Amino acid sequence: MPPPAGGVARGSGRSFGLASRYPLVPITILMIVLVIPSFFADLIAPHDPYAASVPNRLEPPVFAGGTWEFPLGTDRLGRDILSRTIHGAKYALSISLVGIFLGTILGTAVGLAAGYFRGWTDRIVMRVVDVSFALPSILLALALAAAFGSSFEGVIFVVVFVLWSYFARQVRGEVLSLRERDFVARARVAGAGHGRIIFRHILPNVMNTVIVLATLQIGVVIILEASLSFLGIGIPRPTPAWGLLVADGRALVVSAWWVSLIPGLAILLTVLSVNLFGDWLRDRLDPKLRQR
Amino acid sequence: MSDSNRPVLEVENLHTVIATQRGTFDVVDQVSFRLEAGETLGIVGESGSGKSMTGLSLLGLVPKPAASVVGGRVLLDGEDLRSKSEAELRQVRGRKISMILQDPQTSLNPAFTIGNQLLEALQVHERDSRQSLRQRAIQALRQVRVAAPERRVHDYPHQMSGGMKQRVVGAIAISCAPRVIIADEPTTSLDVTIQAQYLKLLEDLQRETGLALIFITHDFGIVARICQHLLVMYAGRIVEAGPVREIFNRPSHPYTRALLASVPTVERKVDRLPSIEGQPPPLHDLPKGCRFAPRCGFAETRCHEAYPGHSAGRSGHPRHIVNCWRAEEI
Repeated sequence: MPPPAGGVARGSGRSFGLASRYPLVPITILMIVLVIPSFFADLIAPHDPYAASVPNRLEPPVFAGGTWEFPLGTDRLGRDILSRTIHGAKYALSISLVGIFLGTILGTAVGLAAGYFRGWTDRIVMRVVDVSFALPSILLALALAAAFGSSFEGVIFVVVFVLWSYFARQVRGEVLSLRERDFVARARVAGAGHGRIIFRHILPNVMNTVIVLATLQIGVVIILEASLSFLGIGIPRPTPAWGLLVADGRALVVSAWWVSLIPGLAILLTVLSVNLFGDWLRDRLDPKLRQR
Repeated sequence: MSDSNRPVLEVENLHTVIATQRGTFDVVDQVSFRLEAGETLGIVGESGSGKSMTGLSLLGLVPKPAASVVGGRVLLDGEDLRSKSEAELRQVRGRKISMILQDPQTSLNPAFTIGNQLLEALQVHERDSRQSLRQRAIQALRQVRVAAPERRVHDYPHQMSGGMKQRVVGAIAISCAPRVIIADEPTTSLDVTIQAQYLKLLEDLQRETGLALIFITHDFGIVARICQHLLVMYAGRIVEAGPVREIFNRPSHPYTRALLASVPTVERKVDRLPSIEGQPPPLHDLPKGCRFAPRCGFAETRCHEAYPGHSAGRSGHPRHIVNCWRAEEI
């Protein structure tokens, strides 16, 4: 049974170990920061995230001398930072889910094919993977933004482009060893064809790895999306994506620190929780650890 | 059970080669034998003598792309497997001819329950409702004497012992009621008592179903125990073939004699077991004549120059064949 959350959250060195052994804390943080805001943004957010109000510009958060009208302060145009951050969760979640979903499917399929059929399929696929590892993702995003303008789809494309190669490489490696296992030989002796062997015998054995890898990539994707938006080549303004919110406060870090800090904290908490949860999941799904 | 005059499996001049960077070499060459229903054929030989490759060649499952079957006929119930396409072969594998692999620990998929794996093997070949296939899966487990099969179908491979796993592998092999099963050293990873149980089980199955077995092994004890016929292979070729009893009583090839002499017995007390000097020839450098000649104490000039043809074994039994120039003299 997981211990009460209060005992875990205390910041000793031990609590990190506990947090990674019991997923309650990271899951709770994820729910509060990412999941609930993205589904119920319109209900929770106190203000319209796009509504500017010049008289209330650069209000400090309530704990730094502000009012409860804008609990986490306002930005240069007087827009409520809490509301904008809440709405930003939507973009972080949807981009990471869609991007990871597509990247996982593409990478796993390619990795399965390369590892199973080997030969020239494998050689071509692995060279493409090498190339995609060598291409800096930010540079690719810049080129795409320059060519087609920045858009939601463009961000998804970059995310998929960055992700699929990790999955392809990891899955291929496991398939190479799985395909030599006797149970695959036995299936072949029993008259199974390629499709049956790949999907019934090999895929279920790489699913654990794929799931864990996908979870661990959520953090990477959120950072990537934020970086792209920060650089102005991700989601176009005035959408309240987290990276854009941080970028908005860049010039004001000394005077109005909260403009960048609040969305920055949201990114930090989300990525940290996702990684802790991913570590926990990896330990749980590792068959070597599980059999003990 | 079956018409005993026509063999279930008839193999003629099976020829399998392996292509490497140094050239193309024979791994199975001029291998011919026949197998009748309910009969057990043993194939013995050292590691690398082509035993397993013979088994895989029958199924058309030699490791591609390096190896390929280039010649010969494999007649299963009168149908030539060599002339079948890959898709047709898939129909035959598992349903008419099946194989039990060496290591039960890895022959089962760790991701599924054994019930699912039995079901899967059946689904490849049978169009039937899931419920009745499930019944057949349980039936197959019962046939291999797994206790409480209704409950064991829900077990994962790691929950079973090695002997139990090998039985499950056996159940999968027999589930579609094949005519021939090739067992490639199925007992090497089991301890002796479990091994004895497993051999007993195979014999019982054979009696119940009229199954023909090809037993690949290097253990003469097992051969004596369950085989009626024996092929002795050396460097990809058959050196001696015949009924087990005749070969054991009157081994006619110097290699067979040396192999049998190196098996310890309880009757004779020896300080040191005789062994065969030297190594089997490497595939890329096979001798021109008899392949055993370099290690043979009886070799003379003609042995080094040409490969010997068939001659009758010393027992005089019509099916006892030996490939040796000097079979009659020694």
